[in-house]
Amino acid sequence: MKIRIKFAKYGSLRFVGHLDMMRYFQKAMRRADIDIAYSEGYSPHQIMSFAAPLGVGITSEGEYLDIEVHSSKSDQEALRALNEVMVEGVSVLQYRELPQGARNAMSSVAAADYLVYWKEGDFGCPDALPELSRALREFYRGQKEILITRQTKKGEKTMDLKPLIFELEAVDVKDFRTARKLDGFPEEGLQLPCQGVGFFMKVCTGSTDNVKPELVLSAFSDYCEATGDCGFRFEPFRMQIHRVEVYARESGDFIPLGEIGCHIN
Amino acid sequence: MRKLALNDEILLKIDKPARYIGNEVNMVRKDPEEVDVRFAICFPDVYEIGMSHLGIQILYDMLNRRPDTYCERVYSPWPDLHAIMKEQKIPLFTLETQSPVREMDFLGITIQYEMCYTNILQILDLSGTPLYATERTWEDPIVIGGGPCTYNPEPLADFFDIFYIGEGETRYDELLDLYKECKEKNCSRQEFLEAAAKIPGMYVPALYEVTYHEDGTIASFGPVKEEIPARVKKEIVMDLTDTPYPTKPLVPYIKVTQDRVVLEIMRGCIRGCRFCQAGMIYRPTRERNLEQLKQWAYEMLKNTGHEEISLSSLSSSDYTRLKELVTFLIEEFKGKGINISLPSLRIDAFSLDVMSKVQDVRKSSLTFAPEAGSQRLRDVINKGLTEEVILEGAGQAFEGGWQKVKLYFMLGLPTETEEDMREIPRLAEKIAERYYEIPKDKRNGKCQITISTSFFVPKPFTPFQWAPMCRRDEFLERARVVNEEVKQQLNRKSLKYNWHEADVTVLEGVFARGDRRVGRVLLKAYENGCIFDSWTEFFVNEKWLSAFQETGISMDFYNSRERSTDEILPWDFIDCGVSKEFLKREWEKAQRGIVTPNCRMQCSGCGAMQFEGGVCFENKN
Ligand code: SF4
Repeated sequence: MKIRIKFAKYGSLRFVGHLDMMRYFQKAMRRADIDIAYSEGYSPHQIMSFAAPLGVGITSEGEYLDIEVHSSKSDQEALRALNEVMVEGVSVLQYRELPQGARNAMSSVAAADYLVYWKEGDFGCPDALPELSRALREFYRGQKEILITRQTKKGEKTMDLKPLIFELEAVDVKDFRTARKLDGFPEEGLQLPCQGVGFFMKVCTGSTDNVKPELVLSAFSDYCEATGDCGFRFEPFRMQIHRVEVYARESGDFIPLGEIGCHIN
Repeated sequence: MRKLALNDEILLKIDKPARYIGNEVNMVRKDPEEVDVRFAICFPDVYEIGMSHLGIQILYDMLNRRPDTYCERVYSPWPDLHAIMKEQKIPLFTLETQSPVREMDFLGITIQYEMCYTNILQILDLSGTPLYATERTWEDPIVIGGGPCTYNPEPLADFFDIFYIGEGETRYDELLDLYKECKEKNCSRQEFLEAAAKIPGMYVPALYEVTYHEDGTIASFGPVKEEIPARVKKEIVMDLTDTPYPTKPLVPYIKVTQDRVVLEIMRGCIRGCRFCQAGMIYRPTRERNLEQLKQWAYEMLKNTGHEEISLSSLSSSDYTRLKELVTFLIEEFKGKGINISLPSLRIDAFSLDVMSKVQDVRKSSLTFAPEAGSQRLRDVINKGLTEEVILEGAGQAFEGGWQKVKLYFMLGLPTETEEDMREIPRLAEKIAERYYEIPKDKRNGKCQITISTSFFVPKPFTPFQWAPMCRRDEFLERARVVNEEVKQQLNRKSLKYNWHEADVTVLEGVFARGDRRVGRVLLKAYENGCIFDSWTEFFVNEKWLSAFQETGISMDFYNSRERSTDEILPWDFIDCGVSKEFLKREWEKAQRGIVTPNCRMQCSGCGAMQFEGGVCFENKN
């Protein structure tokens, strides 16, 4: 049977890269006695696949991986067993059985939600929420297209970011979290300077058109600089990017990957 | 949540930030406020190497068993971070609590190879503790060194407060208790060190004085105070059954060199190869209990989730119950996705059978370490591996489907002649010929024989401690001879020859047998910017050569001359159990090409019997 696991990654674990997280989970499966299936051959490996790789430095409460198991404990027991062997900085949020024929996490990814907020530090703050909101609306709704140039292997490429951004707004991060009932992430680690101002965005994610939040922010930063509309400048080290959820697209709607799957009793 | 010592900007800029965040699976957590002793344990190389070291894991586990002590880890910051820490004056920190090393009570450094010596200075420097031990105060940790290089600690004497000679399991409790007592009684640092020097195995270099003859050799060596012992005897655990072992070892996030469960099955080696320091200083051979090893294998695999288990010892084939252990591992774990890795096995019918079960024979290679090309020279070094045995083993392996062989040799061994060098490729040729004896339709294309040579460095406490070492150009000339001979072999297309640079080797020689005075070169080299010298990408020979020039220290004095057996050697004050008489006897026998049987065939009276156990008493109970 196939299992989908949802987890959060935060704290110092944000510096552990994607490949190392795969190794981490392979070992965690053994520690937690998950009856995971192996491939054949001299050096068998676990049948496991991750949804969308998370860049180093980014935190998340919406990470997914699929595994194949021979048998399973109940989802509650499996959740407990896994969380018992986790380190501080990874918590397993969900353990569900995937229905027969469900597409795997990796190939079904279509979009992801991110919160982006300022980090603690003696850095300056942006404009207050209303100004930031207004400028962001101008940038996103006011423009017909958001052209950016990207350095690719074949040289410079111009592309329009706008159709790949599904939602973009300035938010009060605490209020937003409360409204969305987000709790996959220990809030004591959430230091929010600058009156808790931040951004929320839903962007296209996956193997074809993958939009990184940094790309949106630097486009907005360039816009602000060019128009003088708002004081926002994107300085990567001062902002924390936090992934909230990853979605599949089914008949036009975005469905959280975790909603595909059912309980095991 | 833990706060990291490095800010995000730095962590996102440097290579592999996960080296510096700690928080690994099975990391020990304690409240630093609740303990009396804070101990930083350091492997002075990059995280991936340091985390792979069994000794550190043993000590980490052992020290943390004490409720009053918190042991945390430190590794060398990679040069990218080193530059940032220097520039921004960021103090070196421990991984567990990310606290400055200087706040620790102890800084324990394991000293595994000579080419990490500049990294030791890097650690002290970045910690902000004075490099010279005599300049330290109670504001600084007690800097204590351990590991194989402490069998000649003299090149590092100025930089350490204490060297612990021998196995860590025996005396740390005593040392830490003494430390607590001294702190309570408000002793001076000096008083503490003098008291520590009386604990067996502890060498406090500042309490010893050396004088020199005009020719540069040592005239006298001894303690400055009467009550300080003149000789320091190595510490050793005789019954390995009840020693602590880390059954919950740390599991790193990034891939490290030893990414597996390691079972130490035995300490010491019965063989007595004359070039090998480990074979002498860890005498006598002591085995671990089979049932306990089986139990630990279960626990450690369960506690780590590792997918591989490996055995550790100097010569696994000599573990008396190897067959049972290996059979157990295969039967218990093979079917559960666990790989079994068996290094340092002698090639014979048993090991070939086992290896064919645990690895893909077409991809894996067989390893032989004849060390010398000719039988004559193998007798000189007491390496009991004959051509016949090698050809027999290789032949069986070829029939079994293997086609890759790796051969390890040393160049520059005492008495080596050109003929001995030329025998190296000839031996490889015979192995290749043995392969091509197999009918074409039964073999799998060409065979691949890789010859690797390293250059011989005479080491303290070996019969070759008196031997002259080749100079750089002599080494390279010998490699050239071998290379030329390789090209003359019939099956040269199946042979591949690798050799090392010789620059590093001659430095190793100086620090292996150097005295206190070579510490100056080391400091100079560090000031010149040398770190990570064991990494070819960072090793800069010119900086080293100028350090020698600036300090006026002669490499030849330490490397090239033959020492008289009457000379006082810098490490003579250490009693490693093996007697100087035995080493002299072995040195003479070597020159006459007479072999010495191994401990199980016949005891040669090396002196290690004084420890009253192990192989010396195997058949006597
Ligand atoms: S005393 Fe004899 S048996 Fe014991 S280690 Fe020495 S040579 Fe081997």
